[in-house]
Amino acid sequence: MKKLRTRKHRVVLNRSVGGDTGITIVLAIMGAFMFLPMLYTVMTSLKPIDEFWIFPPRFYVVNPTLDNFRSLFALMGDSTVPFSRYIFNTVFISVAGTFGNLVLSSIAAYALAKIPFPGQGWMFRLIRTSLMFSSTVGGIASFIIMSMLHWIDTYYAIIVPAWCSSLGLFLMKQFMDSHVTAEILESARLDGATEFKTFWSIAMPMVKPAWLTLIIYCFQGLWNSGASIFIYSEQLKTLNYAIGQITAAGYARAGASAAATVVMMAVPIIVFVISQSNIVETMGSSGMKD
Amino acid sequence: MAKDSPKKELTRNEMTKAQWTWFQMKRYKIAYFMVAPFLILFFLFTIIPVAASLLLSLTSFNMLQMPKFLFLDNYITLFLDDDLWIIALKNTLIFAAITGPASYIISFLVAWFINELSPKIRAVVVLIFYAPSISGQVYLIWQTLFSSDAYGWVNARLLSMGLIDAPILWFQNESYVMPLCIIVSLWTSLGTAFLSFIAGLQGINVSLFEAGAMDGIKNRWQELWYVTLPSMKPQLVFGAVLSITGAFGYGGIVSALAGSPSVNYVAYTISHHLAEYGSTRWEVGYASAISFVLFLLQIGSNMAVKKLLDKLGGD
Repeated sequence: MKKLRTRKHRVVLNRSVGGDTGITIVLAIMGAFMFLPMLYTVMTSLKPIDEFWIFPPRFYVVNPTLDNFRSLFALMGDSTVPFSRYIFNTVFISVAGTFGNLVLSSIAAYALAKIPFPGQGWMFRLIRTSLMFSSTVGGIASFIIMSMLHWIDTYYAIIVPAWCSSLGLFLMKQFMDSHVTAEILESARLDGATEFKTFWSIAMPMVKPAWLTLIIYCFQGLWNSGASIFIYSEQLKTLNYAIGQITAAGYARAGASAAATVVMMAVPIIVFVISQSNIVETMGSSGMKD
Repeated sequence: MAKDSPKKELTRNEMTKAQWTWFQMKRYKIAYFMVAPFLILFFLFTIIPVAASLLLSLTSFNMLQMPKFLFLDNYITLFLDDDLWIIALKNTLIFAAITGPASYIISFLVAWFINELSPKIRAVVVLIFYAPSISGQVYLIWQTLFSSDAYGWVNARLLSMGLIDAPILWFQNESYVMPLCIIVSLWTSLGTAFLSFIAGLQGINVSLFEAGAMDGIKNRWQELWYVTLPSMKPQLVFGAVLSITGAFGYGGIVSALAGSPSVNYVAYTISHHLAEYGSTRWEVGYASAISFVLFLLQIGSNMAVKKLLDKLGGD
């Protein structure tokens, strides 16, 4: 179906060969700019020690080795807190934060999008406005609030604020506005379904792209979270923080640090690859209905 | 529900506005339960902190003694008596004015260029452009590429081509720090806005393009201007908001690459100034004034750009 659409599109509007070529060249240059540093990171992580000191340095690795990953895990073994603890912290924070954000955002987004209750307008405008400033703005005051809640140096300080991140809700509400029609909901309500039932079994399956997108953003943000002003204890710190400590040692550990970066970036990239195909798929099927 | 509707129509005119609102609130009370969990947390961790920053910025507060009310003293000191702040403000504005629009335009153009690729190839290209923005500290590789000795890849190339005699200390050199930080920030900036553009382009109804072709659209640029852009205005506004907000938040990348503070404060930004007073010196009142100015800058530039985009769609 998608193929047909593309081809049809091309027949209808005669794309010039020159334009296609130009765009391809620009895209190739930009693609190289984006991709080569990523590739260099992977190459560096596979280089044996002697290849770090070749002049001029080679882009490609000649004798790839996993030594850097081995020395990374050896360094991890030396840390005061068992390394599995950092991994647990990051996974726990990412999963708990993303799950809570998904649940709270989608329920709230449904009400904001599909129930005409008084107050709906200003609530959504307020949430939308919060996308216009970064969270650092309220950072110091958040610290005071966290200490009043006695949440300093606990998981709560990281996980609970993630639950009310406004980006996911915003996307979800946008999608519900355009993809969930009032008629469908109305017929469900006439059949006697409660709002929760309508939300869960009618609206949610229709906005799959939105909640997959929410999961990607939320998970990726939490996975990459490093040192926080709310956390002191080594036992509660994240993988990203621990890897930063290894990287801070500089050249001597350039290989291990590249290996660490590769380990860290593999997870969000894999999550994205899995969800991206889902998004394209669900969007394709939703496009056919029109 | 079905019974409620006719009754509602009958009584609407007889009710005062407050009565009507109350009636609606009771009728839809389930909605408040659905919104409450999110909204309570949202107020607690987003709205109240910003409001508190504004109040605290009018005081002198060190977290130990009671805040002392100063009114605008913090702001007066900030703008009249803090040279570093002026540097930070200037650098932040330069940084934002370049990275915001550049990231926005690049995100859109790339999304548009790849829109007509076959789904499989498109998925790969999207990944290539999107990956740097989700890969944590991968931007540190730029430090290796631009390393200050001859083993840095860029220095080595330039040396062997005979363009330079001695390695350049890229991240210690006043003239290179800012441009390099901007390039690296742009490299990591094809994020959410980029994905939103891709989704927006995919969502445009094909019949619009067909109708456009019937109406005499000759080439892809006309199509872009008359059909594509007007059809994805929600995504364009959303992308602008994220690009602008993001453009004020690259302090972490600067610190990681150029050190904090960077050489002669050439890349010293508001977020560095904020960290200095907020978490190093614990001058909460003063730091709150800094963060409130940052808030005003972000909100102000967002509002301005939103107005601009609204006008674009008006024709």
